[in-house]
Amino acid sequence: MSDASQHHAILSPAFHKDRRNLRALGMWLFLGSEVMFFTAFFGAYIVVRSAGAASVAMPLERMWGALNTVVLITSSLTMALAVQFSKKGDRAKTGRYLALTFLLACCFLVVKAIEYTHHFMEGNFPSHDIFMGFYFLLTGFHGLHVLGGMVAMGILWWRNRRGDFNEHYNDPIEMAGLYWHFVDLVWIFLFPALYLL
Amino acid sequence: MSAETVNAVVDYIHPEPTDFFHKYVWSYDHKIVSKQYLWTSLMFLVLGGSLAMLLRWQIAYPNQPVPVWGHLLKGIFVFDSTGAISSDGYLQLATMHGLIMVFFVIIPLIVGAFGNFLIPLHIGARDVAFPFLNALSYWLYLPAGLFMLASFFMAKGAGEAGWTSYPPLSDVAGAVAPVWGMNFVLIALFLAGFSSILGGLNFLATIIRMRAPGMTWSRLPLTTWAQFITAIFQVLATPMLAAGGAMLFFDRVFHTSFFLPHGLVIGQEAAANTGGGFPLLFQHIFWFYAHPAVYILILPSMGFASDILAAFSRKPVFGYRAMIISMISIMGLGFIVWGHHMFVSGLNPIMGMAFMVSTVFIALPSGVKVFNWMGTLWGGAIRLEPPMLYAISFVSMFIVGGLSGIFMAASPVDIYIHDTYYIIAHFHYIVFGATLFAVFAAATYWFPKMFGRQMNAKLSYLHWGLSFLFFNLAFFPMHFLGEAGHMRRLMTSTGYEFLNPMAPWNEFITLSAFALGLSQILFAYNFIYSVFFGPKAEANPWEAATLEWTIPVPVPHYNFKVIPTVYRGPHEYSSPEAAPADWIAQNVPPIRGKAAH
Repeated sequence: MSDASQHHAILSPAFHKDRRNLRALGMWLFLGSEVMFFTAFFGAYIVVRSAGAASVAMPLERMWGALNTVVLITSSLTMALAVQFSKKGDRAKTGRYLALTFLLACCFLVVKAIEYTHHFMEGNFPSHDIFMGFYFLLTGFHGLHVLGGMVAMGILWWRNRRGDFNEHYNDPIEMAGLYWHFVDLVWIFLFPALYLL
Repeated sequence: MSAETVNAVVDYIHPEPTDFFHKYVWSYDHKIVSKQYLWTSLMFLVLGGSLAMLLRWQIAYPNQPVPVWGHLLKGIFVFDSTGAISSDGYLQLATMHGLIMVFFVIIPLIVGAFGNFLIPLHIGARDVAFPFLNALSYWLYLPAGLFMLASFFMAKGAGEAGWTSYPPLSDVAGAVAPVWGMNFVLIALFLAGFSSILGGLNFLATIIRMRAPGMTWSRLPLTTWAQFITAIFQVLATPMLAAGGAMLFFDRVFHTSFFLPHGLVIGQEAAANTGGGFPLLFQHIFWFYAHPAVYILILPSMGFASDILAAFSRKPVFGYRAMIISMISIMGLGFIVWGHHMFVSGLNPIMGMAFMVSTVFIALPSGVKVFNWMGTLWGGAIRLEPPMLYAISFVSMFIVGGLSGIFMAASPVDIYIHDTYYIIAHFHYIVFGATLFAVFAAATYWFPKMFGRQMNAKLSYLHWGLSFLFFNLAFFPMHFLGEAGHMRRLMTSTGYEFLNPMAPWNEFITLSAFALGLSQILFAYNFIYSVFFGPKAEANPWEAATLEWTIPVPVPHYNFKVIPTVYRGPHEYSSPEAAPADWIAQNVPPIRGKAAH
């Protein structure tokens, strides 16, 4: 039994609930901040596109984008399942779904890497035109968020295996879940904005 | 809760560190983090102030070698081979002075240092909501500061596109601004912004969920209320700066064209960038952050002043609720007025009109606050201790800076005075005259609680008198310069015939600024000496009523042994219930037989 879980034994469920609510509030505030961050990019993109400055032939393959949308939505589902099972204290299944979410995130980045490689081979660097600039800016920062989520998922998988979480205490998994759904949601906006419109 | 449970909870959230590293370096204790912020930002204050002195030398004595420093640093940094300020050096000084003062002095000082120290003590909590994030926010701020300093050592020097970093000047690597000097500035801003966001969300969560029983929203000290509003700005506006900075960085490093138009010509050569973006877009993104940032710079100071004025007038703050409502309206309006910085940027005049009207509206809540401060003083049993003098100076100089702000809010007037010394006078009245004087007030007021010792009052009086005098001598004449059309960021005014009559004023301002700078040595000496050798302070030397004064000095690791219950407002001075004393602390239960307030 780790030090932390010894304390959990003493601490009351009301205390846990209080800490959970506090952490959730912190995470929502962070996500509010993140929304503003991406809003700046989207806002700039909307301004530039609606001014007609980016009416260029877009070299994006919708197929890849659609595939990644499916991958990321599925990963949101597996993440939600991980949170559910961690609430029930089912460590084996929590670990399994965390690993699955990690793999799907990995899958997303591999697809993204294939796309980037194609762009580079065709000479479509960020400096190619204003559209490619926005494409790399938006997908780049989104990709960094996916990467950050993968790091979190890895740590959580390891902590879950170590036995840090139980039916009373699974806050980190739940907070990572909130974050992961946000990352997914950003892509839901990115995909139509970049690939379809 | 039993004593063991209390200790278990405390240990779990916040175990007392025993080793040096966890106690003073990577510390989770809000009081230590606050002092880390305090000392670091005071160092930056010295640096930023010195840059201003060099600027003033060049303006008063154009192209003459700088005494001492110019001789020592001939040909390096901002100096040319004769020891005078070089032209690139001048732009770097102006840019870095502004950036350092805004992002590495004022915000960390009033939010990072005083906010961190006061919020948990004011609300009766043992620490902030997320101690880890608190430590992280300092350890992001410090490397950000180091990037900022490092930019001086890059080839061709630091950033020199002004603190606003408008494209295209800031946007094309190497064409105008130095390549890595400017890039380092952007990295520093990104890190400082991240630190600010983490700090803000931490404070919000702390104030929303960690208040002691009975500490309702209408019993919060105004300092904490002000920090709450500030934190909303930090969380929602700062990401815009990070985003704008990231786009500038992309333009500079990956040669995108977010802020560069088609057909840009630099130095008679067509730019390599493909174009298609808008320089004005950056100004919108930047000011969407930077205008709220202006309120980040002033709101916490308003909070300090409100609590200090009440404590030394021995009266409850006049119009407590009006104070809160006015801060909330300042926040609401603060988000929608950014365009008033862009009246001469080619903004649609109809938009300019909308921004003008909304800006003028901010005078309303600001006026409410000023009248309430005066109402607080009115009829009070005023104690003219040093914090009180600083706080009254805060109010008086906020009035000057606020009134000059209204002139600039009106676009027809602004078109004339835009980018002149008038704006320099305006925002120094706010950021130095108001905010730094409120910082002096807060520092002298909370010093006994922070360090367990007293500052020397006589030195504080002397420092107050000299600073107040020389501040006004240095900055008030800038209004005249501005009205005469003296441009800001001008390296040598001697080249313009219409500015020649201004030369004596420039010299006068510079000498006053030097005197102002030298006066600060008094404060620095008093502060540092008192930290180590000042006389031991009592727990409540000012007979103040808020919760931080109910705990002993030095403040124990857990702040409150038992979480207090709060029964009354933050400014219960001269309450008949307290007789024969003239104050009653927030955690004192209603006294039987006397009317509850």
